Amino acid sequence: MPTDFPERRRRLLFVAAALVVMVAALPLFVRDVYVQNILVLTLMYAALSQSWNILSGYCGQISLGHALYFGLGAYTSTILFTKFGVLPWFGMLGGGILSALIALALGYPCFRLRGHYFVIATIVIAETAYLLFLNWDWAGAALGINMRVRGDSWVTFQFARSKLPYFYFALGLAALTWLVTWALEESKWGYWWRAVKDNPEAAESLGVVVFHSKMAAAAVSAFFTAIGGSFYAQFVSYIDPDSVMSFHFSLLMALPAVLGGIGTLWGPALGAAILIPLTELTRSYVGGSGKGIDLIVYGALVMIIALARPEGLISLFAPRRRARVGK
Amino acid sequence: MTSEPILETRGVSHHFGGLVANRDISIAVARGEIVGLIGPNGAGKSTLFNLIAGVAPPTHGSIWFDGANVTALPATGRCRRGIARTFQVVKSFDGMSVIDNVIVGALVRAHSVRAARDHAVEVLQFTGLGQRAGALASELTPSEKRRLEIARALATAPKLLLLDEVLTGLTPAEAQRGVELVRAIRERGTTILMVEHVMEIVMPLVDRAIVLDLGSVLAEGKPADVVRNPAVISAYLGERHRARSA
Amino acid sequence: MLTVETIVQSLASGLLMGLLYGLIAVGLALIFGLMDVVNFAHGEFLMAAMYATFGCVVFLALDPVFAAPLVAAALFALGAVVYLGVVSFAMRAKTNVGMVQIFATFGLAILMRGLAQWLFTPDYRSIPTSWLANKTVPVFGVFLPLPQLAGALVAIAAFGGLYLVIRRTDFGRALEATREDAGAVALVGINRNRIFALGWGLGAALVGLAGAIMATFFYIYPDVGASFALIAYVTVALGGFGSVFGAFAGGILIGLVEATTAMIMPPALKSVGIYAVYLGVVFLRPRGLFGSI
Repeated sequence: MPTDFPERRRRLLFVAAALVVMVAALPLFVRDVYVQNILVLTLMYAALSQSWNILSGYCGQISLGHALYFGLGAYTSTILFTKFGVLPWFGMLGGGILSALIALALGYPCFRLRGHYFVIATIVIAETAYLLFLNWDWAGAALGINMRVRGDSWVTFQFARSKLPYFYFALGLAALTWLVTWALEESKWGYWWRAVKDNPEAAESLGVVVFHSKMAAAAVSAFFTAIGGSFYAQFVSYIDPDSVMSFHFSLLMALPAVLGGIGTLWGPALGAAILIPLTELTRSYVGGSGKGIDLIVYGALVMIIALARPEGLISLFAPRRRARVGK
Repeated sequence: MTSEPILETRGVSHHFGGLVANRDISIAVARGEIVGLIGPNGAGKSTLFNLIAGVAPPTHGSIWFDGANVTALPATGRCRRGIARTFQVVKSFDGMSVIDNVIVGALVRAHSVRAARDHAVEVLQFTGLGQRAGALASELTPSEKRRLEIARALATAPKLLLLDEVLTGLTPAEAQRGVELVRAIRERGTTILMVEHVMEIVMPLVDRAIVLDLGSVLAEGKPADVVRNPAVISAYLGERHRARSA
Repeated sequence: MLTVETIVQSLASGLLMGLLYGLIAVGLALIFGLMDVVNFAHGEFLMAAMYATFGCVVFLALDPVFAAPLVAAALFALGAVVYLGVVSFAMRAKTNVGMVQIFATFGLAILMRGLAQWLFTPDYRSIPTSWLANKTVPVFGVFLPLPQLAGALVAIAAFGGLYLVIRRTDFGRALEATREDAGAVALVGINRNRIFALGWGLGAALVGLAGAIMATFFYIYPDVGASFALIAYVTVALGGFGSVFGAFAGGILIGLVEATTAMIMPPALKSVGIYAVYLGVVFLRPRGLFGSI
């Protein structure tokens, strides 16, 4: 049996750190604002998809309603900022905690549902929230909330002149969610989640309380997704239900993980690195004409990946997780 | 203390709608025993097995383990108390490696994942799967998968191990190895209750046999006695007779 | 002003719409009951049927009533092709099977929407008036719009036809047998793949029929499938996956709930009633009203 397991885990950390450093250096070479924008979005979706991956990839509870938490994060921090003057940093944390609590509250009835019933419940709950916010005048209803950008400041986390601060925050968030996943992967939770995903009945016979596992995964996942939402609100300075709570987002958070490798450590980041630039570029060059070609490409890509490589593209780079042994 | 049975069912009955699967079953298993639960098809063995494992509470009656009433305790709680089980149709975690499968079991008692891994390594060696630790569970042969089921359950450090037809459908050589494994498990201090079909293999192995038929206990005692019990013979003969004339 | 008349009128309309929802959902339920796959492109099948109906009316000068069987046949072919070309591969996945089905059919949905946008532009279209439109039929003092009424009658006829097919024909029996035990049917000489393809075809044909009907009184545009799709999934889940009758009953219930909600709440929120009912039902009965899976 290979005996270098802890060493391999450490090596992953070094690889990740090296990647972070390399990506952090990118702005030195990339001055084009349009490209920087794509980079920020790519990192944000890497973080979002990594969060989604915790519940749906590792724990196997496929959620297509994560836009709920993204939107909650965005609205919480924005409302707290515009109506009560609470700094986005606290608002972000508040949004995260609120989302985690709501995930737990929803999990209580929802995790009794299996398979397709669960997926549809997640879609329906997110749609309900979307419709409610669309009609909630205090929260801006369909017009949304506009944040006046009062000049560059880390305190208010607003920057008009440069995208770089947002870039670094997004990088930090992507790195943080990766790190959290890395840590949880080898924790009790990681093993329990994977057991629940593969065979909940067997897991129970081994003392795993399936319900608690799902709840924990949901709370962690919702927390970081909401933080991503708050970040996005600060990034674009304007939110409305269509831009932060629509089903479109739920799908967009899931696809990078599906593409890169659902239930893997690097999958979401890899998937985001491919999918987001592709989406943005096709949309700019082709999508504007309303021809739908961006959708055709998008749809075909999703189908091909799902059918040809369900384990995700990451399987091309790394042998399947097998030799996790040794002492 | 040592004379108290580790497992007791008191008047356990279980209905599925109109069907009575278990009827007023009261059995006891002593510590360190290997008990065989046998009977013709449809006797209610699986139902009783699952009730003891904690899959569902019995419609009537109570189940006592290690001196405590566990009737209302679900499977997860029973595992923590020390009851582990295998599944007749193997339920391995196919997306995980062999050792990861066993680690899930070991996590019940271990304080850390590292401790769980150490224990898992030891259990794999004990069950003869040491060489396959790094393989994916889905890649194992059927008999290896059975051993993985057992290893995983053993990793929970059970006081009572419930084996569901682990020796059925094996080649004679595999079955012999299985028998040795079961004996070795008992040597380590685990009590065993096994449901079985293959009489020739089970009877030399068990200390005591409990025969179920049509939901009730038909006979119990030493294997040699049970095998010669006329009621038992007619229950089984009846089954073969029914099968032949069908 | 909510009078008894308007309430009855609303509920009647809701019932008619519900029968159409049921028709859409039945196709989905049939496919799921057969092979445990949820077709997340079902809404796009509906959209395709609506466009096909539009094409028949505008380019072939057919009345929607005559276009309907053609569209159903075309959708039958589409369903079979989608099974053979996409789903059969999805079912062969060794890992993450549930996820593969979901995303493979989702990808297809996005692809079809893109294709529709590319081929037909995002413009809203509607079918020029047919002999059905703008007429109402008085039934027990309630005025029912003729197109919806005709649609409901077709839906009922379709359910009846489906019932006969499943109970009385060899194909129907093969379908049921495959539903019960897909592994065993091969032993009896039933080609599983063929049954699945035909099953998909039948499910698609039913939604094709629904699309042909709905094209006469709904706008047609590339994203039209999305809103009805969610209602269809909710209907099937409400009725219980695996129960064709459940989908029928679920559809009627959903239609009534939608109509009721529209009376009480602002129109934008009418779907919330449906969603609430779905959640309420599955929280109490995790397998839907009549589900077996």
